[in-house]
Amino acid sequence: MSIELKQVSYTYMPKTPYEHKALDAVSFTLEEGSFTAIAGHTGSGKSTLVQHLNGLLHPENGQVLVDGTDLAASSKQGRKEAMAARNKVGMVFQYPEQQLFEETIAADIAFGPKNQGIEGKELEERIKESMELMGLAYDEFKDRSPFQLSGGQKRRVAIAGVLALHPKYLVLDEPTAGLDPLGREALIQTICKLHKKWKLTIVFVSHNMEDIARLADSVIIMNHGKMAIKAAPQEAFMQTELLQAAGLQEPAMLHLLHRLREAGIPVNDNAIELETGIKAIREALSDAE
Amino acid sequence: MLSNITIGQYFPGNSILHRMDPRVKVLLLLLFLLEVFLFSNAVAYGIFSAITLVMMLLSGVPLCMLLRSLKPLWWIILFTFVIHLFSNPGTPIATVWLFTLTWEGIQMGCFISLRLILLILMSSLLTFTTSPLKLTDAMESLLSPFRRFGLPAHELAMMMTIALRFIPTLIEETDKIMKAQQSRGADFTTGNVMKRLRNMVPILVPLFLSAFRRADELAMAMEARCYRGGIGRTQMKSLKTGGIDYLAIGGFVILTAALLGIKLST
Repeated sequence: MSIELKQVSYTYMPKTPYEHKALDAVSFTLEEGSFTAIAGHTGSGKSTLVQHLNGLLHPENGQVLVDGTDLAASSKQGRKEAMAARNKVGMVFQYPEQQLFEETIAADIAFGPKNQGIEGKELEERIKESMELMGLAYDEFKDRSPFQLSGGQKRRVAIAGVLALHPKYLVLDEPTAGLDPLGREALIQTICKLHKKWKLTIVFVSHNMEDIARLADSVIIMNHGKMAIKAAPQEAFMQTELLQAAGLQEPAMLHLLHRLREAGIPVNDNAIELETGIKAIREALSDAE
Repeated sequence: MLSNITIGQYFPGNSILHRMDPRVKVLLLLLFLLEVFLFSNAVAYGIFSAITLVMMLLSGVPLCMLLRSLKPLWWIILFTFVIHLFSNPGTPIATVWLFTLTWEGIQMGCFISLRLILLILMSSLLTFTTSPLKLTDAMESLLSPFRRFGLPAHELAMMMTIALRFIPTLIEETDKIMKAQQSRGADFTTGNVMKRLRNMVPILVPLFLSAFRRADELAMAMEARCYRGGIGRTQMKSLKTGGIDYLAIGGFVILTAALLGIKLST
C-alpha cells in the first residue's frame, strides 16, 4: 500500500496573465511506513504538492493513487474518492492552530470523526486517545477553550484534530514553524513517536536540514515545480550542486566537515547528523595524534 | 478552489490607455457617458461606437475578455430591447396578441441597447486598464477639493486601498481554512441550504479571528511608522498628467464640439 504520483502537473489560474505552473511532471512513490521529508525554497511547489496527496487539488495531468485509488478526476466520482482518501491521508497545514473554531477543545477535535459519522462512546475514545497522543491530558483540557492556550498547545490540539480521523498517512506542512526551541523539539519527538509506535506513514515539509537529516528516511527536493532529488538524506545531501540550485544548503555539520576537508584535515565527510559528525571529528583528531 | 478569482478585472499591460493618468480617464469617462445620454442621434451613435471600438483595440485587452464583461448584463440588455420593440407607437409591422411591433420600436430598441452596451464597455475599459490602487489614488485626488466641506477624501481612499489590499489575502486565507476543514472531512458541496450555512461556521470563525488580528497588527504597524492621516502626506508614485492625457482631452473637446455642431445643424 502506498501513495503514488505519476507525472503530476498543476497550473494555477490557467489561461490568464497570472498563469503559474506550480508542478511539472512530478512522479514518486511513498511507501507505507516510510518517513519522507519534502524540502525546497519558497514557491518551489511544496505546498501544492502536498495538497495533491489527499485530493484537495486535482492534477491537471497525471495521476495520484492512494492505495491504488485514483484521485485525479475532478468529476463527481473523483470527488467522492478524494473525500474517502481524506480519511486515510491526514493533512496538517501550516499554522494549523488557525483552523480551530469550536468552544471547547474536545468539540474541536470531534469535528473530524463526527464528519466520518462516528458518535457516542467511540467518539469520546477517539478524542481521548488523540489528545493523549499529543500530550494533552484529557480531563484537564477537554472543556477548556482552545483560544486560551499557548501557541504550541493550540498546535497540538489542531494536530490531535487530524489524528482523531485515524489516518494511515500523516502529511505535515512545516509543523514546527513559529514554535520556540523547546516546543519544536517536543513536537518533533511526538511525530517520531507517531511514526514508530503508531506506524503512521509520515510526510513532512521542512526547511530545516538538520531535522531532515535525523528524522527522514528519504527526502524529496523540489525546484521550480520539478522534483530535483529523491533519495535518502545521506545521498541527497552529498549532491551539493543540485541542492544549491534548489536554493537549499547542506546541513551545518556536513558543511563544517567539507570545510575541514578543504583545509587539509582528513575527516570522514559523509556524516550529516550532529552525533556522527562529532564522532568523525574525534576520529580524525585521534588519528592525528 | 477560490484561487481563480481575480480582484476587479485589471489586465496588466502597457498600452496608451494603461499609461494615461487615471484622473483624466475617470473624468473623461464620466463626460463621455454623459454625452452618450445627451446626443442621441444616429450620427453621434456611429461616432460613439467607432470611438469605443478604437479604444478597445488600443487597450491591448483581448476582445473576448472585454465582451465577457457584457455577460452579467446580457439579460437586462435583451429585456430592454424587447420592451422597446413593442412599447413604441408608430408604423405597425406585426401584431402579436395585444402587442404591436413597430418600426420605431425596432429603432428605439437598437438605440437603447447600443447605449447600454457602450456604457458597459467603456466603464469596463477603465477597470481593465487601471489597477485598483491607481483608481483609489485618482478618487482621492478628485475628491480632495471637497475636503473643505468636511469630506475625508484621504481617509476614504485609504480605507478603500486597505480593503482592496486585503481581499486577496482573505481569499487565500479562506481557501486555506476551507482546505484544512475539508481535510477533516467537512463537506461544503452537498446538503440543503440550512446544512450548507451551518457548514460555514468552521470557516467563518477562524476567518473572523484572523481578520481582526490582521486589522490590529496593521493599525499597530501604521502607527509605528507615524501614520496620522492625510494632511501633508505625499505619494511615492504621484499621479502625473502627461502628453497622452492632453491629447485625449484635446480629442475629447473636438469630439464634443463636433457633436454639438451636428446637433445644432439638424
